Amino acid sequence: MPQVTLKNVIDVKDLSLVFQTNDGPVNALSNINLAVNGGEFVSFIGPSGCGKTTLLRVIADLEQPTSGAISVNGMTPSEARQKRAYGYVFQAAALYPWRTIGGNVSLPLEVMGMSKAERAERIAKNLELVNLSGFEKKFPWQLSGGMQQRASIARALSFDPDMLLMDEPFGALDEIVRDHLNEQLLKLWAKTQKTVIFVTHSIPEAVFLSTKIVVMSPRPGRIHEIIDCNLGTERTLDIRETPAFLEIAHRVREGLRHGHSYDGE
Amino acid sequence: MRISRSPLAISAFLLAIGGLLISSGGDVQDTLAYSTPVILFVAAAVALFTSVSASSLIALLILVHIVPFCLIGLLHSMGPEGPSIGYWCMVASAWLLAWFSVQNLAGLKLARPDAQRVVNLALPVLFGAWLLILWEIIVRGFGVPSILLPPPSMIAGRISNSVPTLWADFQQTYLKAAIAGYAIGCGSGFLAAILVDRVPFLRKGLLPIGNLVAALPVVGIAPIMVMWFGSYWESKAAVVVIMTFFPMLVNTVAGLGASGAMERDLMQTYGSSYAQTLFKLRLPAAMPFIFNALKINSTLALIGAIVAEFFGSPIVGMGFRISAEVGRMNVDMVWAEIFVAALAGSLSYGLITLIERAVTFWHPSYRT
Repeated sequence: MPQVTLKNVIDVKDLSLVFQTNDGPVNALSNINLAVNGGEFVSFIGPSGCGKTTLLRVIADLEQPTSGAISVNGMTPSEARQKRAYGYVFQAAALYPWRTIGGNVSLPLEVMGMSKAERAERIAKNLELVNLSGFEKKFPWQLSGGMQQRASIARALSFDPDMLLMDEPFGALDEIVRDHLNEQLLKLWAKTQKTVIFVTHSIPEAVFLSTKIVVMSPRPGRIHEIIDCNLGTERTLDIRETPAFLEIAHRVREGLRHGHSYDGE
Repeated sequence: MRISRSPLAISAFLLAIGGLLISSGGDVQDTLAYSTPVILFVAAAVALFTSVSASSLIALLILVHIVPFCLIGLLHSMGPEGPSIGYWCMVASAWLLAWFSVQNLAGLKLARPDAQRVVNLALPVLFGAWLLILWEIIVRGFGVPSILLPPPSMIAGRISNSVPTLWADFQQTYLKAAIAGYAIGCGSGFLAAILVDRVPFLRKGLLPIGNLVAALPVVGIAPIMVMWFGSYWESKAAVVVIMTFFPMLVNTVAGLGASGAMERDLMQTYGSSYAQTLFKLRLPAAMPFIFNALKINSTLALIGAIVAEFFGSPIVGMGFRISAEVGRMNVDMVWAEIFVAALAGSLSYGLITLIERAVTFWHPSYRT
């Protein structure tokens, strides 16, 4: 497991976000306080409508907060985005069908104006990282869903950002593929030492992957509890049967249930 | 021996017997009057009494396509009263046999892909050929006045006799007016769409006006354009510009909105500029829409250029020729121009479709 540095790479203070809709204002995020250290693997978990994706999008500068402060790598989210501080992985692979797998991985590199030689080198390196060497010339629709999502992770890593922001990246995949990709993601995290923010609604997935689990609850979207999750350095799928794993999973489930009991208010 | 149960083969066989027994009305001195029913009878027998195989199908196809030449030849030796019942029995029989053989041909599953391609190409060709055959036989057999509908042979004769005129007309109307108008209309529609997409108030202001322009009738626009730009090809190109501008504008605007929110967010996470997002994401995603407009406009351009010539033109051009020859009752020349227009229209449509397949190979409808 990577060395956790103490520097706050993400610092959120009293952040709120209100969406104006036709049915009146919706409190998507309310009084969020969160600090993420470099090299951590942080999961946001909660029921739909709890604002976990919105919070990730605020960090990525894809949504603007209504009030409060947020810094990413010591900058505003907008500056961090312009400086390419993070790679974003969406719910779907969102590969461009007119580009090959290699061409898709090359896309951010082209936008950033890298030379052809450097692009080729990075494409090869990152496809190898996600075990897709040899698929460079294939088109996205010729690959399985799991392979497409791995290609999109290679694309997010291609420009070597400090952070990886992942929005339910394996939500659309079946459980067998998902377990496999979770294991691969842990290895990738250990290898690259990147800070990962991971949105999920699966308790086992969150506990298996994270060093820190942020339990969120809806209406208004807020952080209910932050649970530390240190299951050691060498995690395999087997640890899901250990008492330590089950205990943390139980705490997360309790937290989620508690969050929901505020519904009646 | 196997007897086909196909109602097509059975009725074709019965009609062929009718052709043998009943007089066709042809000259008894003519060998064709004897040989035609016999060839037809053999073909019908092949269809009815052999099992469907590649060899019997080829034999049938050859026989079936000798018959129409004999039938058309028979018409030459007919008296003024024209063909009688036996002749029409043979026509019906030959047509049913052709239907039967093409049906079997379409059902053929061939192992070799190039052979399958030949068969796939043969189907529309045979279909078109039989359309022409029946047109020829019916028009001449029933003595339809050529001013109402000339037989294809007469149109073909007119085409081969008037190649220089047809070429000059084609040059004037298609190569000059239609292509220039098409290029300017599609190009400006495309650029306007980029502008409309970029500047929000134009979307509200320009699109409704574009809609209005698209609703203007070509017969109203054309005389005005002739007054503005003179009677040469420039005024026809102007009509084509007006006709093709709006389909391109609307389709491109729709295409620019076709890329998904996720794909656009992705470009934003890279800190991509407007131009980068346009060229790397939105234009490629818009290509299926743009080619749609290019295809629609390819036919509109030819129609526009031809119709515009009705309202004043020099003494050359497809539209001019059509209106002039109709006035002189030379209907075969009108059909010759229609043939040239149809050929040019289908070829340009086909060409654009080929380019479309190469550019939008990734689209679900073309993926291999």
